[in-house]
Amino acid sequence: MAARRQGGRPLHAAALALVCALYCVASRTDVLPEDRADALATHYSGGGQDINGISLLVRKKVGDHVSISYNHLEDIVSGASIDVRTSGASPYREKRTQDGLNTEILYGKTTYTLGVTHSYEPDYRSNTANFGISQSMFGDLTTVTMTYHRTWNDVFKMLCVLHDPDLNYPCVEKIHDPAFGEKDMDERSYGVGITQILTRNSIISANYEVITDQGWLSNPYREILYASPGSGLGYGLAPEVDPSTRTSNALGVDYKYFLPWRAALDLQFRYFTDTWQIRSETAQIGYSQPWRNWTFDGSVRFYTQTHADFYSDLFSSADQQNFESRNRELSAFNSYTIGAGASYEFKVPHVSWINKSTANFRVDHLIFDYKDFRNALLINPTDGIEAGAEPLYRVQINVMQLFLSVWY
Amino acid sequence: MSSARRFMGLAVAVGLLAQLGACTPLQPWVKPYERERLADPIMSFDPNPVDSAYMEHVFDVRGAARGGNGAAGGGCGCN
Repeated sequence: MAARRQGGRPLHAAALALVCALYCVASRTDVLPEDRADALATHYSGGGQDINGISLLVRKKVGDHVSISYNHLEDIVSGASIDVRTSGASPYREKRTQDGLNTEILYGKTTYTLGVTHSYEPDYRSNTANFGISQSMFGDLTTVTMTYHRTWNDVFKMLCVLHDPDLNYPCVEKIHDPAFGEKDMDERSYGVGITQILTRNSIISANYEVITDQGWLSNPYREILYASPGSGLGYGLAPEVDPSTRTSNALGVDYKYFLPWRAALDLQFRYFTDTWQIRSETAQIGYSQPWRNWTFDGSVRFYTQTHADFYSDLFSSADQQNFESRNRELSAFNSYTIGAGASYEFKVPHVSWINKSTANFRVDHLIFDYKDFRNALLINPTDGIEAGAEPLYRVQINVMQLFLSVWY
Repeated sequence: MSSARRFMGLAVAVGLLAQLGACTPLQPWVKPYERERLADPIMSFDPNPVDSAYMEHVFDVRGAARGGNGAAGGGCGCN
């Protein structure tokens, strides 16, 4: 897998350089995104975890050719997922912050995008640089876009050095585990996309993206289960070991149709495959209906995936194979999401520089039905529930978003 | 065929298509004055970037699939 990835780099670079060379010619004029600011509050609840977050996005033009946007977000994760509880670890509370700065430069029909993003968690630091170029053509009926991003990640493992079992989150003080040290993980993404006006009522967009990872791809806390008949609950725990490389391909298509009574229908499909032998399909249908000052949205999403070739819910021994994972995100499952949102447009009195403002609320309900990930917390040999025979895991998650947007 | 070769093939095909367009100007079959409906905010692919970025992060973290629908931010949040 490593040789394949290493060998692919010159080809990626050559393709990107070639296509960039074809598009670095500009003519006539296009438009930059509108100036706007969004303030978002989020609440995620399900699977033993609560995540509360805020996000701020501000975009402003500088002159006629440059638009700059800044995004700041914070998430506070608290609780304990089924992985944490199965491994016997305690509930925890952790904060993630992310800051991103993006610049769009318009030159004729060509828009260049340059950006950097920094994300910080106590045990995970990530820096991303991204570059994109898009070109309008055929009387602005077609826009071709190419993107590249490179991410450098540093992974740590936290070690609890001060414990108070009476607290909801018993670990009072954590440090980086010196035995684990610092692990690197690099990611590169190459994308190409096309947006095409089909008719006066419909538009379609297709995007193809290759993402390659190299480095520490395991989770330092996650453990596998292996059969250990006769001991305690009949299973043992051992650290997961993922391969150190991964390359994925994704092709997404998004089609929008304007309905005669001023409403929009949105159809999306994505096909995904990777070198871990995971294959997935995503299908989503959405509908938007304006009514007076309101706009109502609804969507239904279906997602299915196969499991990674080194995934198992219960291994026969701790060293059954070189790579072993019990990461439920790498298992086979179906997921269903139903979402609804409402947006209300209003005038802000006495503030002349605000052209438009909206208050928005959205709620999504996610259901995950796992096909080969079992709820190990229900293993109870005294009641006849042996490891490997416990019920399959199913989780429901609610995501709520409340945000204000202003255009100026 | 490797992913890299497939990507390069697609990139070259898109590039050649664009060059064809440059040599033989095509007449747009939807004129600018016929795009009023497409310019309606409800027809935007991403009317609320702050909201869609958050949901994309949730889906990325809870499943194995990624990419193919625009750029995503960094970070993990996956324990």
